[in-house]
Amino acid sequence: MAKVLVVTSGKGGVGKTTSSAALGAALAHGGEKVVVIDFDVGLRNLDLVMGAERRVVFDLINVVQGDAKLNQALIRDKRLENLSLLPASQTRDKDALTEEGVERVLNELREKFDWIICDSPAGIERGATMAMRHADVAVVVTNPEVSSVRDSDRIIGLLDSKTEKAEKGERIEKHLLLTRYDPVRAERGEMLKVDDVLEILSIPLIGIIPESEEVLRASNVGSPVTLNNPASAPGRAYFDAVRRLKGETVELTIPTDRKGLFGKLFGRRAA
Amino acid sequence: MNLLSFFNRRTSAPVARERLQILLAHERGIVGGKPDLVAQLREEILAVVRRHVMVEQDNVQVKMNRDSDISTLEIEIEIPAPAAVSA
Ligand SMILES: Nc1ncnc2c1ncn2[C@@H]1O[C@H](COP(=O)(O)OP(=O)(O)OP(=O)(O)O)[C@@H](O)[C@H]1O
Ligand SMILES: [Mg+2]
Repeated sequence: MAKVLVVTSGKGGVGKTTSSAALGAALAHGGEKVVVIDFDVGLRNLDLVMGAERRVVFDLINVVQGDAKLNQALIRDKRLENLSLLPASQTRDKDALTEEGVERVLNELREKFDWIICDSPAGIERGATMAMRHADVAVVVTNPEVSSVRDSDRIIGLLDSKTEKAEKGERIEKHLLLTRYDPVRAERGEMLKVDDVLEILSIPLIGIIPESEEVLRASNVGSPVTLNNPASAPGRAYFDAVRRLKGETVELTIPTDRKGLFGKLFGRRAA
Repeated sequence: MNLLSFFNRRTSAPVARERLQILLAHERGIVGGKPDLVAQLREEILAVVRRHVMVEQDNVQVKMNRDSDISTLEIEIEIPAPAAVSA
């Protein structure tokens, strides 16, 4: 049965779009049929991160309002045929998203895909609540930093109260994805550690994505990091997260990009 | 910068953690529907304790910890040394 997964955080700029693209591509790579939806109406970016910015014709709002058919708006990835993107509108605002419209689109997508990944906008307003409303699973993206943890806590509260599942008295599956993690700084006591964040938020951890220049490199060329460089530290971390998402037990490690001096110098120049 | 402040600079994460735990305990009360449940509990606990021992407002910590199955309420009250109590 199809699963609707929301990637959410409250705080902006923590890595939701990066993670939506990376998780979507990793799932699709494993043979699942995946669609990634950009809910950031007015500030779309997922198209750019996935390298589809020049192929956008219709968008989510057009489909929600019945001005375009779903098939006209869906953009199939050029590299992975079972990965699609439903872009956000760049010219409209979040009020154009109606609850019934979104529900209808999601139901239609459930027929065609195994995973429907909703890339939430930042904040706790309409765009964010629409993105989480019909979710079965939530990935809460958090950086090891006080304001991000606080906002994640707030979002967890909303997931437990304002989603359709919560209102029906069911439990929404929640996972923590810790991103932009720097193990060296955490060990020095400069940054919250994995255990600190876990203890405070108390939802199960699905992955730790290290801070890495590979993420920027991938977005520069418009390719999810799991496609652009699956062997990189963030690439491997996202692939592990996907295995956990599918219910596998995978030992938790924080992958690192191991480089010699040459790699470092070269990496710096090429970034 | 003395040695102590240098040391503190390096380990700011425990401070972050402590501040978050206290702040979130308050905010969870708000989201849970009851406006500032934790603050209210704190006031009432303080009043009860003060009937017997004088404690400072700042020495009462109330934390709400949420877990997937159960939530716990952690109350920590710092009682002054015996000399101060009898004084
Ligand atoms: N693991 C990482 N290492 C290094 N940079 C990262 C990492 N994850 C994300 N970034 C960078 O952080 C920035 C914000 O990422 P992203 O756009 O994915 O965040 P977002 O949560 O979707 O933001 P918004 O709230 O604005 O939608 C980008 O420049 C991205 O390249
Ligand atoms: Mg985004």
